[in-house]
Amino acid sequence: MWRFIGSRLLQAIPVLFVVITLTFFLVRFAPGGPFSSEKSVVPEVKRALEAQYHLDQPLIVQYGSYLNDIAHGNFGPSFKYPGRSVNELIAAGLPATAELGFYALFVSVIVGMAAGIIAALNQNTWRDHVPMAAAMLGICMPAFLLGPLMVLVFGLWLEWLPVSGWGEVPGDKILPSLTLGAAYAAYVARLTRSGMLEVLSQDYIRTARAKGLPEYVVVMKHALRGGVIPVVSFLGPAFAGLLSGSFVVETIFQVPGLGRFFVQAAFNRDYTLILGSTVFFAVLIVVFNLLSDVLAAWLNPRLRNGLSNP
Amino acid sequence: MMSREFTQYYEQGTSLWQDAWIRLRKNRLAVIGGMLLIIITLLCLLAPVVSPYGYEQQDLVLGAAKPSLHHWLGTDVFGRDLFTRILYGGRISLMVGMIATLVALIIGVTWGAIAGYAGGRIDALMMRFVDIVYALPFMIFVVLLMVVFGRNLLLLFIVIGGVEWLTMARIVRSQVQGLKQLEFIEAAVSLGLSNWNIIRRHLIPNAIGPVIVYTTLTIPSVMLLEAFISFLGLGIQPPQSSWGSLIADGVDTMEEFPWLLIFPGLMLSLSLFALNFLGDGLRDALDVRTSKD
Repeated sequence: MWRFIGSRLLQAIPVLFVVITLTFFLVRFAPGGPFSSEKSVVPEVKRALEAQYHLDQPLIVQYGSYLNDIAHGNFGPSFKYPGRSVNELIAAGLPATAELGFYALFVSVIVGMAAGIIAALNQNTWRDHVPMAAAMLGICMPAFLLGPLMVLVFGLWLEWLPVSGWGEVPGDKILPSLTLGAAYAAYVARLTRSGMLEVLSQDYIRTARAKGLPEYVVVMKHALRGGVIPVVSFLGPAFAGLLSGSFVVETIFQVPGLGRFFVQAAFNRDYTLILGSTVFFAVLIVVFNLLSDVLAAWLNPRLRNGLSNP
Repeated sequence: MMSREFTQYYEQGTSLWQDAWIRLRKNRLAVIGGMLLIIITLLCLLAPVVSPYGYEQQDLVLGAAKPSLHHWLGTDVFGRDLFTRILYGGRISLMVGMIATLVALIIGVTWGAIAGYAGGRIDALMMRFVDIVYALPFMIFVVLLMVVFGRNLLLLFIVIGGVEWLTMARIVRSQVQGLKQLEFIEAAVSLGLSNWNIIRRHLIPNAIGPVIVYTTLTIPSVMLLEAFISFLGLGIQPPQSSWGSLIADGVDTMEEFPWLLIFPGLMLSLSLFALNFLGDGLRDALDVRTSKD
């Protein structure tokens, strides 16, 4: 197991390296620097600014020193928010995004697995068709559509829930979490259903039933362990999706999180903030992929070997 | 002469496709999805015939009006007919869906076929690359690319296609790896066919089932990605519009004019529905096990 985790961690290094390199050169070769929008800037001031941020050095030197900084966990100063470092900005946005992501993941796992199990146990009845139709709806309704629609219905027409903000009014976290979690709940439901169906038809389930175990023990203890493996391996990539989904949800509901920061940084060409948040996202994604792989390998020992190519 | 008879014999015997077609027709959801898709595509293609209004024809006196007999789905703040705009927007959404999927298809199939056929170190290297790209935070790069290099349609195709080819490459590779062991490939090798011809004429055609299925399932995710990018204001730019940008416009005014959000959203969801059901149906009909990884 430890060897498996170790080799996975080693594989993460080239990924992060590619992310850093790609992003670095991408934003540097972009037309229009961070200071080009300020027309009033005198050439001398501009030069001074560039010197302050080391933009006047050769690119390769900048790249080297940036790699060095990142290796020390330092993302450098922000271009657009004077006096604040990228680390501070990330730290400011992270709590809201993490909380939102956690709720969304919670919604998607609980709702999705429950729906998937119910559907699998009642294959081809209405208890199967209704959850699966709902899941299809969740897949076909992207967050940027579902979010505004929920605002319209629950916020503006029914006036049940607040439509924006984060932690200001009670209940304002419900709509963003549901919006972000819905699509993943749908995928989880579909994966759980097909995983459970496959497991339920296997011999060891028949054995468990033949032993006279109560049905809920068969389902929850014996079948579920094998049936949720596809879900577990989906959760890593899903987390990556949740992060990017949070761009939209945070914008719609005005959640002060990382996603909004990132979109603004991209529009502002705030090099260091773009770089910093991209690298940060990449690290998170790699870590979560690792966690979900480890969890899947723990659930199914057969996965531990031959994992180089999933 | 002989080879023609030979191919004819095999063409008559393509019962795999007939089987698949029969199975597909029995799948009610897939049939509904397929028909819905044809209707939507035809409506969008024939937009100038279907709708009496022009795409940019304004009626500033009317302004934003509720759905009525004259304007089935209402009008936007400039008095432009929403139904017409949805149809024209659909042209763009569907076109992006098709072309970007085609880009993904070409890259993915070529990449996967070469990796699977070459095997050994080349294969390991190529798939290692796929693994690395897989782990990149896509959305971030898509947003970055669109911000950095301006917002044009060509880039949109390349960006989306460049993101969506990975799973295709994996599927084709595993197919080719299996096929490569079979005797007819050995025969082709001993007949002296070039590697490229073996890949093109023998391996890819035999891996076509999963490719078709996954292509059908890629189109909706491509359309979603386009809508997402356009929603952020980075994709399709005015005066053009796609369903994504229409939804984005609708969100701005949804308090007063909710129909401007609801109908474009409905149209996008309906098309995605149709494509997904058709894709699922094809998967069952062709009996393909696609792992979405």
